[in-house]
Amino acid sequence: MEANPRSTGRLPAAFLTPGSSSFVDFLSEHQPEMLPGNRQLPPVKGVIEAPHGTTIVAATFPGGVVLAGDRRATMGNMIAQRDIEKVFPADEHSAVGIAGTAGLAVEMVKLFQLELEHFEKVEGATLSLEGKANRLSTMIRSNLGMAMQGLAVVPLFAGYDLDREKGRIFSYDVTGGRSEEQGYAATGSGSIFARGSMKKLYKDDLTEEQATTLVVQALYDAADDDSATGGPDVARRIYPIVTVITDEGFRRLSDDEASEVARSVLERRLEQPDGPRAALL
Amino acid sequence: MSTPFYVSPQQAMADRAEYARKGIARGRSLVVLQYADGIVFVGENPSRALHKFSEIYDRIGFAAAGKYNEYENLRIGGVRYADLRGYTYDRDDVTARGLANVYAQTLGTIFSSAAEKPYEVELVVAEVGETPEGDQIYRLPHDGSIVDEHGSVAVGGNSEQISSYLDQRHEDGMSLAAALKLAVQALSREPNGGEREIPAERLEVAVLDRTRPQQRKFKRIVGRQLARLLEADGAASAPTDAPSDEEEGEE
Repeated sequence: MEANPRSTGRLPAAFLTPGSSSFVDFLSEHQPEMLPGNRQLPPVKGVIEAPHGTTIVAATFPGGVVLAGDRRATMGNMIAQRDIEKVFPADEHSAVGIAGTAGLAVEMVKLFQLELEHFEKVEGATLSLEGKANRLSTMIRSNLGMAMQGLAVVPLFAGYDLDREKGRIFSYDVTGGRSEEQGYAATGSGSIFARGSMKKLYKDDLTEEQATTLVVQALYDAADDDSATGGPDVARRIYPIVTVITDEGFRRLSDDEASEVARSVLERRLEQPDGPRAALL
Repeated sequence: MSTPFYVSPQQAMADRAEYARKGIARGRSLVVLQYADGIVFVGENPSRALHKFSEIYDRIGFAAAGKYNEYENLRIGGVRYADLRGYTYDRDDVTARGLANVYAQTLGTIFSSAAEKPYEVELVVAEVGETPEGDQIYRLPHDGSIVDEHGSVAVGGNSEQISSYLDQRHEDGMSLAAALKLAVQALSREPNGGEREIPAERLEVAVLDRTRPQQRKFKRIVGRQLARLLEADGAASAPTDAPSDEEEGEE
C-alpha cells in the first residue's frame, strides 16, 4: 500500500502495525527518505559553505541545570545570522543546544523533540534521561556521512533527572560518542575559552542565579577570544539564550531577564575587561 | 461439500453492524464535554494502565469505547499520522478534522470489507480551539460515519440514555468542576433507571485545557487534583453557571 500521509484515505497498514514506540524507527520503515541520515550527498571537493552555529555552554547547580548559547551563526568569516536560536527544549525536563551546521542541527532537534514526544504519547510514560541521551547519540551517529564532509552537528544535552533528582549534562562528539560531564561543559568553536572560564568560576554550590551568571560570563569569554561567537549585542538588544531546567521543568529566561544578566556582566566588564579573577592559590 | 448460500447485502451489513454495536455496548460508557476552558473526558476505568483517553497532538485528544486492542491500534495509528504530518509540514497543519477523516475512512473500509471483521469501537476525536467556538468534537461510530458533536457526547455502554441526560443538562461555559460533576452523574445512571456510586479511583479524567501555557494542551487529572475537583462542586461552580446548578438541585 502506498504510504501517503497527505491523502485523507484510510491509514496505510504500516500505521496500524504494532511495533516500535520510536518515531525514527517508524519513519525508517515507512518513509526512509524523510530521515536526515538517509540522504546521500554527492561527492564534493572542499568544504561546503553553510551557516554554522557556535558556542553552547551548560552548568549544573543543586536542583537543576542551566543551558545557554550565543546568538551568532557564521559562514566562513562572514556572520550569517546575528539572532539565531540554538538552544531548544527537548521535552518538559530536558533541553538541547546545538553547535555545527545550523540547518542540519535544527532538523535534528526537531526530529529529536518529536522522538521524545512520540514515545511519551505511545507509551504513556517518558523516557529516562539516559534513554533520551542515548537516542540523541544514535541520531548524531546517523549523520556521520555528512559530518565527514564537513557538515557536523555536535549538540550538548542537559536535563533534570527525575529519578536521581539532579541536573545532568551530556556532551557528544561527531561519531555519536556520548559522555556525561560533571559540573559544566561547552561545545562549539568558542568552547575552549568558555570551558577555561567556567573552570575558574564554577563551584558546586551555585544558586540558580549564580549559575545563569556563570554561563553568561563563559559566553562572554568565548566571544572575547573566538571570532565565531557573538557577545551580547546591546545596540540591537540581542542577548544569549539562557534556559533553566529544574524539577518543575524547562524554563527559558525571558528577554528582559536575559538582558538583565547580560547587562550586569557587561557593566562589570567595563571596569574589569577580563572578568572576575580567581584566587591565585 | 456445502454450497455457499445467498445472503443479501442488506442482511450482511445489518449483521456486521449488529455485531459491532453489541461489542461496543459491552464496554463502559465514557463522556466528552465542553467546559469554559476546554474539553473534559470522563469515563469509568478500573485499569490504571489501559487508558481510554489519550493525547494525539498539541490540541487533539482521543477517546474510545469498545475493544481495547482495536482502538489502541487506531490510537497509535493516529499518533503516527499526526506526528508525521506535523513533521512534514507544520504543527498547525495537524487538525482534528483531518484525523477524523482518516479514522472514518479506515473504519469504513474495514467495516465494509468482507475479509475483515468489523472493529468493535466507537471513537471521539476532539480538538480544543483558542475560544469555545473553536472547539471541535467528532464522534466516529464503527461504520465509518462522522458525527459533528457540540457540547457533550457519550459513547459505549448505554450511551443513548447518557447522551440524552447530558443534552438536557449541559450548558456552554460550565466550570471544570461543574462539567465533571455532571459527567459523573451521567455515568452513574444505570440502564434500569437506578444509580450507583463510582468511586474517584475508578474514574479516568483528562482535559484539553486551552489555558495551559504549554504547546501540548492535553493533561490527565489524577489523585489529589481530581479529588479536589470532585469536592469543589457547589461552591466553586456556582458563580459561573448558577442555572445548571439549580437544575441539578431539582434532581
